[in-house]
Amino acid sequence: MRRGEFITAGILAVLAIYMMWKSTELEVGYIRGEGPGGGAWPFWLSGIMLICTVLIAINAARRTSPPSQSDEPLLDAEGRKMILQVFGGIFVFVALVGIISMYGAMLVFLFYYLWFLGRHSLRLSLIISIATPVVFFFFFEALMRVTLPKGMKFTEPFYNWLNTLIY
Amino acid sequence: MEILALLSGGLIEALEPINLLLIVIGVTLGLFIGMMPGLGSVNGVAILLPITFLVPPASAIIFLAAIYYGAMYGGAISSITLGIPGASTAVATTFDGRPLALKGKASLALVTAAVASFVGGTVSIILFTMFAPMLASVALSFGSPEIFALMLLAFATFVGLGGDDIPKTILSICLGLVFAAVGFDEISGAPRLVFFDISGFLHGINFLVLAIGVYGIGEMLWTIDTTRGKITQTEAKISAKGVANDTKESFTKGWKGMSIGSFLGFFVGILPAAGATPGSLMAYGISKLTSRNPDSYGKGNPDGVAAPEAANNSASTGSMLPMLTLGIPGSPTTAILLGGMVIWGLTPGPRLFTDEPAFVWGLIGSFYVSNLFALLINLSFIPLFIWMLRMPFTILAPMIFVLSIVGGYAATNDMHDVWLMIGFGLSAFFLRKFDYPLAPAVLAIVLGPIAEPTLRQSLLLSSGDFSIFFTRPIAGPITIIAIILILLPLFKLIKDKLVGGKTRDA
Repeated sequence: MRRGEFITAGILAVLAIYMMWKSTELEVGYIRGEGPGGGAWPFWLSGIMLICTVLIAINAARRTSPPSQSDEPLLDAEGRKMILQVFGGIFVFVALVGIISMYGAMLVFLFYYLWFLGRHSLRLSLIISIATPVVFFFFFEALMRVTLPKGMKFTEPFYNWLNTLIY
Repeated sequence: MEILALLSGGLIEALEPINLLLIVIGVTLGLFIGMMPGLGSVNGVAILLPITFLVPPASAIIFLAAIYYGAMYGGAISSITLGIPGASTAVATTFDGRPLALKGKASLALVTAAVASFVGGTVSIILFTMFAPMLASVALSFGSPEIFALMLLAFATFVGLGGDDIPKTILSICLGLVFAAVGFDEISGAPRLVFFDISGFLHGINFLVLAIGVYGIGEMLWTIDTTRGKITQTEAKISAKGVANDTKESFTKGWKGMSIGSFLGFFVGILPAAGATPGSLMAYGISKLTSRNPDSYGKGNPDGVAAPEAANNSASTGSMLPMLTLGIPGSPTTAILLGGMVIWGLTPGPRLFTDEPAFVWGLIGSFYVSNLFALLINLSFIPLFIWMLRMPFTILAPMIFVLSIVGGYAATNDMHDVWLMIGFGLSAFFLRKFDYPLAPAVLAIVLGPIAEPTLRQSLLLSSGDFSIFFTRPIAGPITIIAIILILLPLFKLIKDKLVGGKTRDA
């Protein structure tokens, strides 16, 4: 955890420096008659962030913050597996949205989570993973009139048919 | 006495069958919209506004105001049962509502939230009815320095009272404020902070993208990791008697939070551009500051649920005040309502009270009725919310991920934001492991677009002189309180050092 505390502070410091540099694309000083320039606000705030990361590193070095006193690993083997399976699933879900539509990706993700990770019965897994996109479709497209991504071209005939039901 | 006569006329109008029906539908819809992460009162009101052109203006605004009310109640439900705020106004409700639910006191938390919302709503409606013209004239005199001083106070409460690591809290605030600055510089119109020149950053980072990333994805990953998929099942039995007991308990344990929230929320709500979110966070901070037992906050103190919930309902009524009397919206939702009033052929402003008394007093009457129905519908649905908590976590978790991703998309209609959101989620998971508080970042990204222009306008007024925040009669005291709050942890540190030094000497 202690090493992680330094690494996190380091990453945030790099982010702060990047944002300071990016802010200088606009005027960071005071423009007479116009007030502070467009870059001033993010520039000085990123500067404060940078100072904070230095203080965090000092606290970690002096072992005054709880994470820097802990000898536990950031993630044990089971934790790493969990992150990989759960976050990996979310990642694939979002990647699938552009291909098989939001509703299709939702179905696949729910079935993966319920049946494979949750070890629920096949019947329950199928009922929930099919019913959820259907309910979402009618709530968003029909009631709230919000269109969610429909994926690639091949889903078109299917959604055209569904739209005839709600419009 | 004239006010009472007008008010009773308004109440009679609000109780007409069509208006009553619209209140019940509006409040129920509002509860669900408020509960859904990614959909808040703004989305609900904006999307449903066009269909209200079918009914008379008074009924239409009563319906939309009922949605607004319901959403203020509903936000607390997801804050407590899922740990995700259903709307930004319910962010502060997660701080103590979630720990209460995890302790198996979800029903107490839900009843406290409902009762506090009702108390906050009722107190502010009475204040609204009585002091409308006077309070509006006070808020009208507020300029940029006063508004920025208020923003400063909101952040200072986090630093002084958050109880977290100070550098990490300040870093979190700055991160949120800088993220809020992404997109375009509103004054010069130039693109700003377009990270790695990715065009998706041109439309800025919507606060919901960060909020859902942190509270939806990050929080869920953290919960799954710490509980290893086995979440403690709450064994809350709900009965009419139980609700009655919880109501009593919510009053005895949360009366202080309710009173602070009700009055503070109303005051913050009437300020243009402040609204329910900073109001609820400030009420939480002040309730914690004045508590005899501040350490119990964040661990499931009913006062910590009552204060923000009373405040957000109170503020939502308060934000209607400048909208109706001055034509200045007090919140994004009232801004949309204001747009609707113009379409209905009404001219918002002081003349509305004299020209359209039936409309104004019908709306005020509907506040009383909506508030009562929101309480009743909310309380009678509590068993359903408890049932949601009893669901196995391996069913609830994927549902929350799905809701988060759909909500993140619905907020901006851009897949870039969904990718950003899951990135924020993973980062939030690791930052939380290192004790970085993330609520300040979420508040900061909401307030950033208000704080920055008011600071720049103030400094333009003063030609770059910061003393403008100290010399003005209203801004001055607020700024000084904010600075004292920021320095509070430093005073504590010095005091501890002095006391520690003495004990070593002895």
